[in-house]
Amino acid sequence: MRVLRDAWDYLLAGSSWTGDGGMLELLGQQLLLTVTALLLALLVGLPVALGLGHLGRGGFLAVNISNVGRAVPTFALLAVLVTLGWPGTDAFGPYGRAGIATLLALTLFALPPIITNGYVAVREVPADVQEAAQGMGMTGAQRFWRVELPLAMPLVASGVRLALVQVWATATIAALVAGPGLGRVITDGFYRSQYGQGIAGAVVVAVVALLLELVAAGAQRLAARERRDPLATVTTGHHPTG
Amino acid sequence: MPVTLLAAAASAPAAEPSCYSRLTNEWFCLDYVRDRREEVLDAAGQHLLITVLAVALGVALAVPLALLARRLPRLEASVLGLSTGLYTVPSIALFPLLVPFTGLTMTTVVIGLALYALTVLVRAFLEGLRSVPDEVRESARGLGYGAGRLLVRIELPLALPVVMAGLRVATVSTVALTTVGSLVSYGGLGNLIRDGVTTNFRAELMTAAVLCVVIAFALDALIVLAQRLLTPWTRTRGSTRATRAGRSGRSGRAQEAEA
Repeated sequence: MRVLRDAWDYLLAGSSWTGDGGMLELLGQQLLLTVTALLLALLVGLPVALGLGHLGRGGFLAVNISNVGRAVPTFALLAVLVTLGWPGTDAFGPYGRAGIATLLALTLFALPPIITNGYVAVREVPADVQEAAQGMGMTGAQRFWRVELPLAMPLVASGVRLALVQVWATATIAALVAGPGLGRVITDGFYRSQYGQGIAGAVVVAVVALLLELVAAGAQRLAARERRDPLATVTTGHHPTG
Repeated sequence: MPVTLLAAAASAPAAEPSCYSRLTNEWFCLDYVRDRREEVLDAAGQHLLITVLAVALGVALAVPLALLARRLPRLEASVLGLSTGLYTVPSIALFPLLVPFTGLTMTTVVIGLALYALTVLVRAFLEGLRSVPDEVRESARGLGYGAGRLLVRIELPLALPVVMAGLRVATVSTVALTTVGSLVSYGGLGNLIRDGVTTNFRAELMTAAVLCVVIAFALDALIVLAQRLLTPWTRTRGSTRATRAGRSGRSGRAQEAEA
């Protein structure tokens, strides 16, 4: 149990938070990475998912991309990206060491939940609602913006929430392959036999993950209450991230 | 003997450098797989062992938990809440948190992965038991089935399609997550990936990565096969799918899509 005391000491020491490579700087890097990757994935994934859902095409792809994403270890993909000539391990502005490689991997791993949930969300709009909209003489575009999208929102939102948790976890794993972020506190601790430090890093990562999830869940609930959406309570199955 | 050794040493440099030599360092290299067969097989074996142990432990814990949660609705909320919180913690942070209790051992990785599998499996079991139609349950009771026999003979078999969908998700993600166990040196193929990154050894890295995906899909196929054998009635008319979707509504179908 001595390691627990070491971890506690590391958490309380001011020097482990501040300064170059301190936990605050790493936390900032990781949050920046997480947010950027999530936004990129939304920018790419949402139009594709919602478009496919609206057209009713490519369902096999949209649904199975999650299965494939789950089977590919994040660690392996990160390792390949870092070992490739490009983007390699160069520092990338405020994103830190191996910033681009990590950013690419994070974006890729945020896509499956966004695409699958977005597609399913549009497809699950009840058929009678669709028919009613058609019967009212709505065009395809009107149907999409005024019927499908509002009804799909809750499920889309839970996909984004899943993606957020996944991206945070993946950003931590990036440290296993020389990436930036808080994971480095963990890996440095373990590789140098300073287990107290490693455990302290793990505590910080876990606490921030829980906070992110709480914030996302709160935002989702708030949005749902405002819309008074009848389908707001629906959530999809979660799965852990590696 | 020394003569043959010398001969081998002399002929080696003359031949083409192998595709995994420092100079070429190719991504895909069958020579590597052939020459380091034992190392690769050991890692794959460890990977498989960790995955199977973790999922088995997850199932062993999930069944009683799900049954308890079904009996006590108040417990269900806390079990589900706890499992959501747990899945939020990244694997690379969960393993260190277990280290003070289980040390740098395989147990740490197995327990950590079992906890993740558990979060998926408890949901799947609850969801599956809920998908059993009430009239079926009533008929069975009317036929004189007790609680235990009802569970084993009626409810579990009918819950199987949903449970198996959860088992597939849990197994496939466990295979991927096992690689992170390399943090405590028990990561199966993850150990090779880590070594491949640190020594810039592309063939080793790619072989391990590809094997991970292959293992994941192989286990997935195995579970699908087992499900087909265990639930022959689902194949007759695709009736289960329709019943399940109708019963559990949106969430049931959404989960199917997830799975």
